[in-house]
Amino acid sequence: MKYVDEFRDAALARALAAQIAREVDPARRYRLMEFCGGHTHAISRHGLADLLPPEIELIHGPGCPVCVLPIGRIDQALRLALEHDVVLCSYGDTLRVPASQRLTLLGAKAHGADVRMVYSPLDALRLARQMPERQVVFLAIGFETTTPPTAVALLQAEALGLENFSVLCNHVLTPAAMHAILADASAATLDGFIGPAHVSTVIGSAAYEPFAREHGKPVVIAGFEPLDLLQAILLLVRQLNAGRTEVENQFTRAVAAAGNRKALDCMARVFELRADFEWRGLGTLAVSALRLRPAYARFDAEQRFDLPYQPVPDHKACECAAILRGEKRPEQCRIFGTGCTPEHPVGSCMVSSEGACAAHYRHGRARQAVIHPITPA
Amino acid sequence: MTPLYSRPLDLEQGRIELSHGAGGRAMAQLVAELFAAEFDNEFLAQGDDGARLPRCDGRLVMATDAHVVTPLFFPGGDIGCLAVHGTINDVAVMGAEPLYLAASFVLEEGLPLRELAAIVRSMGTAARAAGVTIVTGDTKVVERGKADGVFITTTGVGMLRDGIEVGGANARAGDAVLLSGPLGDHGIAILAARHQLGFESSVQSDTAALHGLVANLLRAAPATRVLRDPTRGGAAATLNEIARQSRVGIVLDEAAIAVRTEVAAACELLGLDPLDLANEGRLIVICPAQQAQAALAALRAHPLGREAALIGEVIADERCFVQLRTRLGGRRLIDWLAAEALPRIC
Amino acid sequence: MCLAVPALVIAIPEPDTALVDLDGVRLRVSLALLEAVAVGDYVIVHVGFALQKLDVEEAEATLAELRALGASRDGAAR
Repeated sequence: MKYVDEFRDAALARALAAQIAREVDPARRYRLMEFCGGHTHAISRHGLADLLPPEIELIHGPGCPVCVLPIGRIDQALRLALEHDVVLCSYGDTLRVPASQRLTLLGAKAHGADVRMVYSPLDALRLARQMPERQVVFLAIGFETTTPPTAVALLQAEALGLENFSVLCNHVLTPAAMHAILADASAATLDGFIGPAHVSTVIGSAAYEPFAREHGKPVVIAGFEPLDLLQAILLLVRQLNAGRTEVENQFTRAVAAAGNRKALDCMARVFELRADFEWRGLGTLAVSALRLRPAYARFDAEQRFDLPYQPVPDHKACECAAILRGEKRPEQCRIFGTGCTPEHPVGSCMVSSEGACAAHYRHGRARQAVIHPITPA
Repeated sequence: MTPLYSRPLDLEQGRIELSHGAGGRAMAQLVAELFAAEFDNEFLAQGDDGARLPRCDGRLVMATDAHVVTPLFFPGGDIGCLAVHGTINDVAVMGAEPLYLAASFVLEEGLPLRELAAIVRSMGTAARAAGVTIVTGDTKVVERGKADGVFITTTGVGMLRDGIEVGGANARAGDAVLLSGPLGDHGIAILAARHQLGFESSVQSDTAALHGLVANLLRAAPATRVLRDPTRGGAAATLNEIARQSRVGIVLDEAAIAVRTEVAAACELLGLDPLDLANEGRLIVICPAQQAQAALAALRAHPLGREAALIGEVIADERCFVQLRTRLGGRRLIDWLAAEALPRIC
Repeated sequence: MCLAVPALVIAIPEPDTALVDLDGVRLRVSLALLEAVAVGDYVIVHVGFALQKLDVEEAEATLAELRALGASRDGAAR
């Protein structure tokens, strides 16, 4: 795969890791947070943390939109599917989150719900056009990477004059997540940020300037692939060693300072800010999420259907709130790996493969094993 | 004798009706003109409810599978040959020589006879090519909407010679883990054929009968401990099953696991892991380290094993983890998925 | 979920729709979020949309930087 494989070169990865090891100051630690589900996944998939010197600690922040989706919102989707007889569409991972009574959207099919996995909001739109007699609802989740596609689907629904299509909107904003992390965290908790890859293609690198300035933490926006992440980590180490707190862009092949203007305009046409919104694991955050503008009210599932919202608290033993802020590590949670596993997730960090606990379950536990050398064929 | 049927089956325009499962003339005609005509052998010709089989010179092995794949026809195969290959493989990975198959059909009212005929022809061809005989079967019809076209259950019987002992609980620390070919072909072929995810690809299912490959392997590496074909759940599920059955750990080398370029690309686009995808013509072999080279040579000498490779080894590990050493030299665990990534693929 | 991959635009069958290719896998994606995409461009694909054009020159520049970092100093790296 062009422009993918080259950024996964093993020899270059080892060389970069060696360079990082040479430049870290053994007298300090470098606690670096990424908050992009794609980064969490890439780090665990390639076992990147194993290449880094012990002075570097990678912390997985709240970058997984499935993980921060409150149970109460999934309950609303379940209601739509089970009681309002809609065709409920969403992305794969969303359909597997256990909500109240441990029911998942996919599991609701066994109770007669019509739930469909889609790859794109345009698939949901297509279903609505194919089934004019049914109400089709798209359960929309995601940060700023995924929001413009939902906006386009709504613009197309408007142009088509569709009457049977609506969106249950759970889109959330990255800067709000960063503010929440930084507002509560003590200065000692985090040293720097690895900026999300694809969110940044939309919002642009300039969006992170306030954080670097106000909180005095360097931000390096990194591409998706191992070499991108390693280069970003090297740049962060250099900034921290030099006492700099700048925004740097490693992902120059896809991220511009101003982002994607057209995508931002689509979002602005269709969505407006909610005053506040509940994030699973982080509590209620101000100006952190989007809802449909009044002009698009007829496409808003929350207005089309009677859907009271009931917040559902997480299990008492769940430590996701602390883990999402980098204050605790997954293995420090009492129920990690025992009561809470990927098959039976109790909290948000275990729910999707991009969550911190799920990633650690897959990767971190392997670090305790001894690897025997494999004889080449 | 007067002929039983006044008109032959209309294989072009006809469809399955409830009468075809009712046990009367219509069903007899379906069996005679479609199934028996294609499978044509001395056992079916007996015309009895069961097949009288000859004595056999070894232990008996039996395996059964239901096939519910959708779509019925996909690049590289169809539900018919999939069913035949699948059960042959289940018998073969026990170390046994597959001999006889039973095939039972649950047909959906409205299924075009043209499609059923194609499926049955495909089964006949697959069975003959494999040297296996379909000796008995059953047919039922359910109302429209109660079966996705057709469900096929195949049961296979084979003969296990003395001295062969393969089983999932036999793996031991130090054993070699081999894989006969690239992962994920069947899974991606099915996904593409469903046209629901909007992507096109030319990947073909790898569905194949593996008993010839297995026989060659066992001649060259008679101390082989475990044989399994990684179908639903993929290599991840199969290796985790084996690790738990044998109470060992397994370490894999990512760079050694073959995945076709197109399959890898489809996985990237869809967020799938080739280790979780179904395969229908691949073999996982676990054998003592001293026989690994001989095993590899035997696999590679066979058309179905040209890309065979040593992909890992068995270690002592009471947690029974399956680990992957990534291309970059890092590590991660290979867990089996709690729920299926893709429903109805085999 | 954050999945996004760069793919090659091989055709633009309708305005605002591109046919992209990733190693032989073909996908139709919406171009509604981009301007002036042409056959031969690389775009980043996410949930059925082309989200951004890949700046090929920048990609090559980044790779060159990475290779330089890799080659410097440590001759024993290979």
